[in-house]
Amino acid sequence: MKLDLERSLASMKTQLATYCEKKNIENAIVVGIHTGGVWVAEQLLSAVPTNEPLATLDITFYRDDFTKAGLNPKVNQTSLPAIEDRHVILVDDVLMSGRTVRAAMNEIFDFGRPASITLAILYDLGQHELPIAADIVGEQLTLNPDQRVKLTGPQPLSVCLIDAH
Amino acid sequence: MMRSEPRAVQLNEHGQLKHFLTLDGLDKTLLTEILDRAESFLSMGEQSVKKVPLLRGKTVVNLFFENSTRTRTTFELAAKRLSADVINLNIETSATSKGESLLDTLKNLEAMQSDMFIVRHSDSGSAHFIAEHCTPNIAIINAGDGRHAHPTQAMLDMLTIRRHKGGFEGLKVAIVGDILHSRVARSQLQALTTLGVSEVRLVGPKTLVPSFFAEMGATICHDLEAGLKDVDVIVMLRLQKERMKGALLPSESEFYRLYGLTVETLAWAKPDAIVMHPGPINRGVEISSEVADGKQSVILDQVTNGIAVRMAVMSMAMSGQLQSADSSAAGEEK
Repeated sequence: MKLDLERSLASMKTQLATYCEKKNIENAIVVGIHTGGVWVAEQLLSAVPTNEPLATLDITFYRDDFTKAGLNPKVNQTSLPAIEDRHVILVDDVLMSGRTVRAAMNEIFDFGRPASITLAILYDLGQHELPIAADIVGEQLTLNPDQRVKLTGPQPLSVCLIDAH
Repeated sequence: MMRSEPRAVQLNEHGQLKHFLTLDGLDKTLLTEILDRAESFLSMGEQSVKKVPLLRGKTVVNLFFENSTRTRTTFELAAKRLSADVINLNIETSATSKGESLLDTLKNLEAMQSDMFIVRHSDSGSAHFIAEHCTPNIAIINAGDGRHAHPTQAMLDMLTIRRHKGGFEGLKVAIVGDILHSRVARSQLQALTTLGVSEVRLVGPKTLVPSFFAEMGATICHDLEAGLKDVDVIVMLRLQKERMKGALLPSESEFYRLYGLTVETLAWAKPDAIVMHPGPINRGVEISSEVADGKQSVILDQVTNGIAVRMAVMSMAMSGQLQSADSSAAGEEK
């Protein structure tokens, strides 16, 4: 299977513009989840009607598998502006179980109470373990159990499918 | 009694911390990891809820056999910011004073399903002893043992130096005062050497700066001017009156005259030198108020950095414990 990254990103931009208009979302804070989500968010920022710079989130301290997987050795900078009563567009590269998004939402709420959170995902793998679904999806993928999406970036951003084993 | 190597005791099979007892045997990579992780906790200060759920449901016991308000409070705050439940045991007023032995006290705390002990004790090696005799899955953090080590204090000092000086290479550091009784100085010397500063000078009278410290890689100075000349960092140590038995010093005022840090003596160091002190400070004994409250003083930054460093060490040790218990850990899930 060949992934068309450009087409998926273009589709996300169109969806985002329409979505923001329909929901009256103005000056939203675009938040990328480290690391892949930040790269995708950088690509999308121009399509969102906002003056805010890109915000970033590292969810290491909010993961639910700390007791199983331990600490991630590298923690990136979380950099969020005042989030109270603001619209947030949360961006990640892949949606699988939904656990990363849950952790990200918990972290966002520790910074304040946003007016809304919109979830934008490049690849939705349809393997949700939590009641979390994306509002904006670049492409729906159905993978074999041992396949994974691998994003490399930030410049140039590219994607391929790899064998997990 | 023979003790096993500290390195073998405090690291798990993956080379991660599972206890934090001493800096002896820890390499530059691991010390840098502690500092990097502490930096990431420092930025948490911007959150309206200054808490992360890393140690949620874990029980941390502050076991202070020796008093220390600042260290205990910052450990407690660090544990609470990691969402752990914290118990403070004041041993002096508890069962030990009724005759219960240390090991019996520990067994009781283990039976309460504690996950981590923060230990401060006036005997050197006590944290190590507890680590060897506790249930293997309890993480032990040394909060100061006798004259031996105070590793979290040394690491918060390293974080303070790195944040103010950008790194360690080429730095000249003077540690001034009562080196003999100071576990802080011993741990600092290990950390500074491992992180690669160019020179560590130990400054003080012969009675308090014995020459055997030269074997640990330090330069010994008995003259303050020579000791402070061109240094980038000055660490003043507290004159530990409670440990001062016998005639080590003529008098406090004599000490201040010869080794006290004042505006005049500070001028011997580089103009941008920073002044540190582990606290509590004795104004007019080792440091003047003008210097302690002055522009070059970073003493209060040390306190803030202390919370972040303790969060880093606690989360790393807990993670190392869990990794050690379950080496077939699962990978990251999206």
